[in-house]
Amino acid sequence: MATDTIIEVKGLEARYGELAVLENVTFDVFKGEILVILGGSGCGKSTLLRHMSGLTEPTAGRVYIDNVDITSCDEERFQETLRKIGILFQSSALLGSMTVAENVALPIIEYTELSNSAVNNLVRMKLSMVDLQNYENFLPSEISGGMKKRAGLARSLALNPKILFLDEPTAGLDPVAAAEIDALIKHLNEQTGTTMVIVTHDLESIFGVAHRIIMLDKDKKGIIATGDPQLLKDESMDENVQHFFKREPRVAPYVLEEILDGFN
Amino acid sequence: MQAVDFYEIIDNGNDASVIKLIGNITQQTATPLIERLVFLTKTKDLKSLTVDMENVTEFDDFGALLLVELRQNILKKKGSFSLINDTREIKQILSLVNFDEHKTFKPASQKRTNGFVIRLGETFIEVADSIRFQISMVGSIILCIFHGCKKPSSIRWGDTIAHMEKVGVDALPIVSLISFLLGFIIAFMSSLQLQQFGANIYVASLVALAMASELGPIMTAIIVAGRSGSAFAAEISTMQIYEEIDALFVMGFSPTQFLVLPRLFASIIVVPLLTVFSNLFGIAGGLVIGITMLGLTPQSYIGQTFETLTLFEVVWGLFKSMIFAMLISWISCFYGFRARGGADSVGNAATSAVVSSIFFIILFDSLFAVVRSYW
Ligand SMILES: Nc1ncnc2c1ncn2[C@@H]1O[C@H](COP(=O)(O)OP(=O)(O)O)[C@@H](O)[C@H]1O
Ligand SMILES: [Mg+2]
Repeated sequence: MATDTIIEVKGLEARYGELAVLENVTFDVFKGEILVILGGSGCGKSTLLRHMSGLTEPTAGRVYIDNVDITSCDEERFQETLRKIGILFQSSALLGSMTVAENVALPIIEYTELSNSAVNNLVRMKLSMVDLQNYENFLPSEISGGMKKRAGLARSLALNPKILFLDEPTAGLDPVAAAEIDALIKHLNEQTGTTMVIVTHDLESIFGVAHRIIMLDKDKKGIIATGDPQLLKDESMDENVQHFFKREPRVAPYVLEEILDGFN
Repeated sequence: MQAVDFYEIIDNGNDASVIKLIGNITQQTATPLIERLVFLTKTKDLKSLTVDMENVTEFDDFGALLLVELRQNILKKKGSFSLINDTREIKQILSLVNFDEHKTFKPASQKRTNGFVIRLGETFIEVADSIRFQISMVGSIILCIFHGCKKPSSIRWGDTIAHMEKVGVDALPIVSLISFLLGFIIAFMSSLQLQQFGANIYVASLVALAMASELGPIMTAIIVAGRSGSAFAAEISTMQIYEEIDALFVMGFSPTQFLVLPRLFASIIVVPLLTVFSNLFGIAGGLVIGITMLGLTPQSYIGQTFETLTLFEVVWGLFKSMIFAMLISWISCFYGFRARGGADSVGNAATSAVVSSIFFIILFDSLFAVVRSYW
């Protein structure tokens, strides 16, 4: 394994019962990069993320994080590895009964020996990082979707993880809020050097943020392209890749004509 | 590694100190360092503190936390704080966490507590609002029932039957078991007393009367409140917080008709039936004691049971259970609709639904007892 590889996915297979979602997926994530996993809805992006972060065990294949095989290591190593990662879930996953500050404080209190005042200060600093300094005492149900994402981000960054997984961080946000989240992700990556693995179907955000992309496809059940986003867009010969970048519906031309006729 | 390795203190006299931080000041090392240095600055009577960052090799926001804590302590004692030799990387981290803003310590603010008058007023408004809501809900239910009488096809019979199964059939085992044990216990307890007078046969009367007029309806209602009342409240409150009810409303459905009526009808039909089963199993429980402990024959026990029970007694019990069913479904749906906010309100709705249902069941039962005695 190269020294600058931080996650290694090897021959991963994921299935729900009979339905295979991913087959033989292999790729590396490098230290400090922003890797974007791109693909249409239902192609298994969230599934891949769950496997990479150890939430689900793969039916076949291995996932190495920092040289530890999380699919087969013992519980102690697994817990140790979990501490190196943070996840921002699609739904933000803030605990609804706790304020924003309490949500961020939760992992800090659990895993450090800081005094109460230090925890307090640290929570404020974390919230400053995501521009939420004035929302400490709000409940998750009292803030907007973009703020929830940022609060979730602050919580997942609480213990300075080496790797951050983000599941559709900009989905369901308005373009301005989405751009803010993108800028924040990029900024945090530059300032803290955290490796970021982002799952998204948002084309707007990848060109600004991604160092490298991996494109998944539902029919191929795996990776159809990988590389620099701009290069892929300009030079890839793959039909599916081009379809995605051009936002063309994948339907037969005559169906498309009928649909378009309907508009006239 | 000891915390001592990470800093060096140079006293300059005149209550001034320089702390030289050395090496890795990050998450792994900062925690003990914070404790130590903050303690030192607290015990020394410093007028000025300078932190020298020249030899810091790695730095993150836990390192920044150390600086924040030191500065807050010095500033609190009216001293001065300065930072020297900080590199560009360190400056970046500090600006990322808005270092300049955290000069004074703000305690985590407590939950807002208002004065007595404000809380009294709030409670009053809340109660008034919920009464208004209840009245409008009753009105809406009555309207929907009228509407349903005119046009029976508008009632969702499919849902009603599904709820009948969930409220009734699925509850049958637990209702039967509990009632059987209840009859068993009553018979056992009373037999100890009645045996002394040779009044064995009256155990049958006691069990039959107690079950049919009080315990059958109440136990059934309490079980249904716990099983189905909580489910109603949880289902409806979940729909409420996910805007499903708003969706129904804008599609032109009446949420009352769509959600409340099926549950109400199902409960009113099924709870009295469950009560019948409860009565039967309670009597069966008594019968077991009668045969095994009191030496009664099944014929005499059952004969005595029939002799004691009047049709009125049984029907009165069933009537009560019907009222309880109405209370349960009404209260539970009410709490479901009132849910606001996040997922925790689902739990609150379910809890409130069960507690209030049981309270009102007991309250109405007492009212019925009073009504009967003055009849
Ligand atoms: N818990 C589950 N049970 C069965 N199938 C599932 C489950 N979760 C996801 N799937 C299926 O797996 C596929 C990939 O889902 P997901 O990873 O959520 O896609 P994405 O996040 O890319 O939209 C979908 O076809 C979905 O139907
Ligand atoms: Mg998903």
